[in-house]
Amino acid sequence: MMDTKVTYKTSDEVDFVIVGSGAAGGILAKELSTNGFRVVVLEQGPYLKEPEFSHNELKVLTFHQLTNDPALQTATFRKTPEDTARAQNCVLYGRCVGGSTVHFTANFWRFHEIDFIERSKVGEIPGTGFVDWPIRYADLEPYYTKVEWEVGVSGLAGASPFDPPRSKPYPMPPLPVKGSGVIFERATRKLGYHPFPAPMAILSRPRPGRSACMNCGFCLGFGCEFGAKSSSLSTMIPVAEATGRCEIRANCYVHKIETDKSGKVTGAVYFDAKRATHMQKAKAIVLCANGAETPRLLFLSACNQFPNGLANSSGLVGKYLMPNSAAIALAVFDEPINDYKGFCVSRIIHDFYELDPAKTGFYGGGGLDARFDWTPVGFATGALPPGTPRWGKEFKQALHHNFTRTLEIFCHGSSLPVESNSFSLDPNVKDAWGLPAVRMTYKDHPNDLKMMEWMRDRAMEILDVAGAKTKWAGPVAEQQFAVHLLGTCRMGNDPKTSVINPDHRAHDVPNLFLCDGSSLVTSGRGQPTMTIEALAFRAADRITTLAKSGELSS
Amino acid sequence: MKSDLEPRRDFLLQLGGLAGAAWIEALWPAVLAAAQHAHEAAKGKSVQAFEVLTPDQAKQIEAITSQIIPTDELPGAREAGVVYFIDRALKTFASDTRSVYQKGLADVSRISADLFPGIQNISEATPEQQEQIVAELMADRSTLALAGSDFPQVIWLHTIFGFLLDPEAGANRDYVGWKVLGRDSAHSFSPPFGFYDKDYPGWQPNSPETDKR
Repeated sequence: MMDTKVTYKTSDEVDFVIVGSGAAGGILAKELSTNGFRVVVLEQGPYLKEPEFSHNELKVLTFHQLTNDPALQTATFRKTPEDTARAQNCVLYGRCVGGSTVHFTANFWRFHEIDFIERSKVGEIPGTGFVDWPIRYADLEPYYTKVEWEVGVSGLAGASPFDPPRSKPYPMPPLPVKGSGVIFERATRKLGYHPFPAPMAILSRPRPGRSACMNCGFCLGFGCEFGAKSSSLSTMIPVAEATGRCEIRANCYVHKIETDKSGKVTGAVYFDAKRATHMQKAKAIVLCANGAETPRLLFLSACNQFPNGLANSSGLVGKYLMPNSAAIALAVFDEPINDYKGFCVSRIIHDFYELDPAKTGFYGGGGLDARFDWTPVGFATGALPPGTPRWGKEFKQALHHNFTRTLEIFCHGSSLPVESNSFSLDPNVKDAWGLPAVRMTYKDHPNDLKMMEWMRDRAMEILDVAGAKTKWAGPVAEQQFAVHLLGTCRMGNDPKTSVINPDHRAHDVPNLFLCDGSSLVTSGRGQPTMTIEALAFRAADRITTLAKSGELSS
Repeated sequence: MKSDLEPRRDFLLQLGGLAGAAWIEALWPAVLAAAQHAHEAAKGKSVQAFEVLTPDQAKQIEAITSQIIPTDELPGAREAGVVYFIDRALKTFASDTRSVYQKGLADVSRISADLFPGIQNISEATPEQQEQIVAELMADRSTLALAGSDFPQVIWLHTIFGFLLDPEAGANRDYVGWKVLGRDSAHSFSPPFGFYDKDYPGWQPNSPETDKR
């Protein structure tokens, strides 16, 4: 194969610098480069390829091969703005080429129509900045379909009576059912719910250059050595590089966006792997650095013209963090399920996606899936029933009996946008490069906790009907750890109440675009990556139109 | 060398079709090499020299870890080579816990002597006595977890690591830890995976009767 890789000089003014190569960055890199633009992608983490992935929990999970390292990418946490934040491992994001799509579960739900217009439907919710999106599901539907066909999503169209309209079926059938899926399907049917095959961004059929899922069992948290997981690494990045116009520059930690006197961005300043500083010049910049690092970068780019942070005239950069709410319930069954084999999820229900606040007493909703996402060490340290001895004969017997017989129901749900829930710069704590650490301020809205308790109780009912003799669920606790980093540079039509417009263009900076989890206006029901990718395809179309009209170079 | 992974490879080639097969052909050597490395690591039974631990410390640590995951009809920490994993850990990623081990082993010796006068080290005690010594060490430790920095916590986590990590990490010799879990050490699987999905008839939408409920 001809080597088409291109290398640009930092002094070359490329058309676009994209910061981050994950769910959104990978798609924008592919779309903009195939549309003829010269693109440099600056990725904070390393460029690992499939043969470098392993099942070594120590290397991958304990030592953060694919994700941010709390010892280097320091973060701090506090519950309220009145508290002093302390260093804490409170944020997780993918830190390698492909970003979080390399290690994610690959649940790939579309948002439903309600997610875009819910504020209008349910009215004001006290203590929140709950608003409608400036776009509708119908605006995004063609892009959801594009995601499914371009990256490869397995699923069965029409299987859920709650699914929103779609213009095309899935490109490939669902993945095989797992034992957890069969148990879940039978129990939820008995309760009158509507289980259906989980849409997953994992190949059930091979594609050129990629294998179908081999069911190796190391999925969540791990990179797929078979290329079956539809990560940006396995799907978009190779296409972008093959254009000969896109350079993926790994191990580049962008810490400032430069602006000129006219208020336009001119380039991205970054540390390379040896901590030398460079600036890559560009005509326009797209930040896809995730919902924590994108607002942090805007704050770090404060200057005389933008004293409160770049693109922050609204004062809303970093605010309205929505991490999605979650709860789990576990159970042990009589016979071997062997759910450690395969991907994580094969059956879900969306019967609780849109609940009636008048009946439940709370706003929101979610979905439930049956899964097993425990690694061997993770299982031994975190998935045995409460009260099980943690060492000795009974501990060993529990490991022996339960590992093959345990399943989990995961409850995913909405988070309300609360203004004080946010990412900002910590005034006291620095990261390993001497830059202000990202500070998370977060306290769940009481409504979200109530909703999750309700969901957890439904999960326990399902396990009961399924015949589980041993089942348990922890208390629904306030969250202090965010994986879904949503809403922190929200989209809107009004520059006073949002950071970007529906084209993902910063209201304040004409050649700066933001596209990642930070763009979301509502949280959906717990599976945001599909929507982030649909937004990225749509943003690429909008940005291309603007660039080709000459608007970005004027 | 014929690998036990190769029949699976043939299946993949049949399944994959032309494009997938070409890719698998290209990538398989790397995947195979990684898996083979893990298999070889798992078989690393040759007598290893300790790099950090003294022979006496190693005996004490093996006595403790063999109580955390004892040997019965199934292998335990001893057969998994956990003490060798810990020695390697103290040389590498856990070198900052050497002092924790030194103090912890001294504590265990004191517990041993207190409980069983005349016994200086846990390695000298009978298995029943060793169980009581570790019970004393782990007293009030019902919340052992991934975090924590004192000796009971550290040696517990290192024992779990040494027993259950992929052998690529220098742990889980001969996959004995995964055998205890009932986890097949193969690198890929085909459905049906277990008891509940073996007779699954295929997904069907809810019937009208189901919907009425």
